[in-house]
Amino acid sequence: MDEIKTYTAQDYKSGQPRWCPGCGDHAFLGSLHKALAELGVPPHQIAVISGIGCSSRLPYYMNTYGMHTIHGRAAAISTGAKVANPDLTIWQVSGDGDGLAIGGNHFIHALRRNIDLNMILLNNRIYGLTKGQYSPTSARGFVSKSSPYGTVEDPFRPAELCFGARGQFFARCVAVDGKGCVDVLKAAGKHKGASVVEVLQNCIIFNNGTHDSVATPSARAKNAIYLEHGKPMIFGENREYGLMQDGFSLKVVKLGENGITEKDLLVHDAHCEDHTLHLKLALMEGPDFPIALGVIRDVEAPSYEMAVHEQIDDISSKKKYHNFKELLLTNDTWEVK
Amino acid sequence: MSENATIKTLDEVAVRFSGDSGDGMQLAGTIFSAVSATVGNDICTFPDYPADIRAPQGSLTGVSGFQVHIGAGRVYTPGDKCDVLVAMNPAALKTQYKFCTPQTVIIIDTDNFGEKDLQKAKFETLEPFQELGINNEVIAAPISSMCKESLKDSGLDAKSALRCKNMFALGLVCWLFDRKISVAEDMLREKFAKKPEIAEANIKVLNDGYNYGHNTHASVTTTYRIETTARKEPGLYMDINGNKATAYGFIAAAEKAGLKLYLGSYPITPATDVLHELSKHKSLGVMTVQCEDEIAGCASAVGAAYAGALAVTSTSGPGVCLKSEAMNLAVMTELPLVVLDVQRGGPSTGLPTKSEQTDLLQALYGRNGESPMPVIAAKSPTDCFDAAFEACKIALEHMTPVVLLTDAFIANGSAAWKLPDIDKYPAINPPYVTPDMKGHWTPYMRNEKGVRYWALPGTEGFTHRIGGLEKSGETGAISTEPENHDKMVHERARKIANIVEEIPLQEVEGCQDADLLIVGFGGTYGHLYDAMTILNAQGYKVGLAHFRYLNPLPANTAELLHKYDKIVVAEQNMGQLAGYLRMKVENIHLNQFNQVKGQPFVTAELVQAFKKILED
Repeated sequence: MDEIKTYTAQDYKSGQPRWCPGCGDHAFLGSLHKALAELGVPPHQIAVISGIGCSSRLPYYMNTYGMHTIHGRAAAISTGAKVANPDLTIWQVSGDGDGLAIGGNHFIHALRRNIDLNMILLNNRIYGLTKGQYSPTSARGFVSKSSPYGTVEDPFRPAELCFGARGQFFARCVAVDGKGCVDVLKAAGKHKGASVVEVLQNCIIFNNGTHDSVATPSARAKNAIYLEHGKPMIFGENREYGLMQDGFSLKVVKLGENGITEKDLLVHDAHCEDHTLHLKLALMEGPDFPIALGVIRDVEAPSYEMAVHEQIDDISSKKKYHNFKELLLTNDTWEVK
Repeated sequence: MSENATIKTLDEVAVRFSGDSGDGMQLAGTIFSAVSATVGNDICTFPDYPADIRAPQGSLTGVSGFQVHIGAGRVYTPGDKCDVLVAMNPAALKTQYKFCTPQTVIIIDTDNFGEKDLQKAKFETLEPFQELGINNEVIAAPISSMCKESLKDSGLDAKSALRCKNMFALGLVCWLFDRKISVAEDMLREKFAKKPEIAEANIKVLNDGYNYGHNTHASVTTTYRIETTARKEPGLYMDINGNKATAYGFIAAAEKAGLKLYLGSYPITPATDVLHELSKHKSLGVMTVQCEDEIAGCASAVGAAYAGALAVTSTSGPGVCLKSEAMNLAVMTELPLVVLDVQRGGPSTGLPTKSEQTDLLQALYGRNGESPMPVIAAKSPTDCFDAAFEACKIALEHMTPVVLLTDAFIANGSAAWKLPDIDKYPAINPPYVTPDMKGHWTPYMRNEKGVRYWALPGTEGFTHRIGGLEKSGETGAISTEPENHDKMVHERARKIANIVEEIPLQEVEGCQDADLLIVGFGGTYGHLYDAMTILNAQGYKVGLAHFRYLNPLPANTAELLHKYDKIVVAEQNMGQLAGYLRMKVENIHLNQFNQVKGQPFVTAELVQAFKKILED
């Protein structure tokens, strides 16, 4: 038997990234290398499949199998690859334009099917490669080259799409937060089924500062909450705040005030099948609420490619024809002598 | 009753079943074809159905037809006209009468020829035959009421009972042509295996229809028999339509290549039956994914090809529009993929259930950039099998997407097919990387045929990145170098051009030193062949070059086209093949015969048009 080989981040690296200096993709890439090393899947059993856009250049910087495809289609291409070879581990990389605009249909259907893809959504709320147009995650009123007077449309919130499409795994991290990224990437890698990881990523050229409220450790301490399954929801620079349920809503409370203790806080349940609270957590935003980071939802469900192959095995065991010659003879035939 | 009825032996006969789209004419026609094929006749069928799911009952737009041509020897088309027309209602009579000759026997269901029925079919009088000027022999039978009577003790409600009336008509036709109905009974038992009471009801009505003909002689003067002249090769035969034959071709190719078959598809008329067929065969390991759209159908197939499957996507013209970007990704990444285009009437939604050959240039050129792709066209329902097999072989051995063109006519039409001996089909050997390449292999290294090697994800030592961006031929890294791009464009073109070495020379059927060479491609073969045969029998000298390989064209194409003084390119479009040939072969003069009606060619019209060219 083969020895179980261990890997380092170096084993997954390839090429010299060409993103702009200061781009959030650099940091994220490093975290992905590290997470893959820790997950220990051999590089040759991994395929990284991307669409088009800055972030979709990522496969070139991976020493794995990789395919840099066409705009919006990464999830569809990954679906075919995973069905054809379920043994492959697939990381599908898209940006907000690639995944949610031109590829929105494939994004939701991959989630609905729950095919085992690790779907990375690098969200910088801008089209970078085409040099600065608003994206489907840009806020209403956002000024860009294609919206010089501000957009007049509302953005998608990726978690909403994910849960609306019956997604069973949703996590969020900040591209420059190494540990935060590695943790959720590992969780996504271990989850069987479609896993969406929304990466809040800064575009230093065309949308600098879009995620400033969570860009540094101190900002995150103040404006973000790291959710951990089974742990009470506490955040704040001095871990002085918490989250409670308040009727149909969530509310931020201060520990010690009005007699509130840790026991009164919501305890995170990432495995809860009902996604109502997951959605509420995922949609929290400042200044009134912290931004939720970490694994927000992680629920086991049958994965599509397994179901496809289980059905093939099941029907195969019941049917009496298993090759082309036998197939022919299942038809009504007559003999010419 | 006519006591003097005689039995006449015929070489061939065409029967057209027509009625409301809910009348079960397709089933009656299919069964009659199969029954005829079983006794050794050759068959060629043409289902002609409306695009509406269910048009208003009795209306002219809701008429569904099914024509079958039965021959003692070979038959190549469903026939221009029919010898027997079954018209279950006035709308059918009115719309289908154009397929009759003065000798055609017309069978009608008199129960459906009341005042209201005639109004629905926009007859102005109560005398439909007079109004249409029909003087044919007519078998006027109260089919509906006899069907109801036949099933009055069956326990079926009136509506369900009436649904069996197509079997009464079928029984009557079986009697008229001296067909044994036991085969039809078996087919019905199989079709309604889960509803035995329905099967038995249909069988009872079928027998009653047969007996009605037998007992009354249906007031006709003659019944018919089509002997088999046994020109067929010995062996086992089945009745198969083009879409099923195509699906079988994919299955056979996957087995030969030792690969799993993957189909990514999205329902679209008239290609959906390929998805239906392949979805059945899980016991052969076939993976079918009904995708969210046409784009995903093709894109997922590209992904499956990348992962090492024999990848296929099936569609019709509008779907090819959507797939073209992913097809181009397969061109650029040099992955094997078969794109099946079952052509239908266009542009846009066009005529979804009708047949055309209007996607040829789309298949050849409908993509951005220099995007060479092999294109193969099947010529008949049964030929779809071989064409599909070949498309897969070319795709896998030359690492390229291939377009397989069929059309609604051959996809839905059926014919008797000798079960192929798969052992005699050629091996399929994709150019996999070999262990000795480890260390120095790059993704665009090419073999002697200019084909890159296939490294399947999961193989240790061959991790690599490919994609839609141009790559360096040497290193496989992204490259925008002008010289490299120019070289890669040429290498991709050369790779496809090299396939010419493996395809047969174009043959001419019929007269080799013809005064007129007919040129065609795809599903018009039967009609063109018949037209040629008729002209040659009349003393003309006519040949037929029917192209299967559209890209690359056979090596002798130019030589062949220069050899004949008069050439006519006959196709169901505005001249796409003719224009393409003019571009590929210098100094040729081509006449054109073009029809874009959504209907098969009419042999008689071809004969007339070709005669005119011959005599000009």
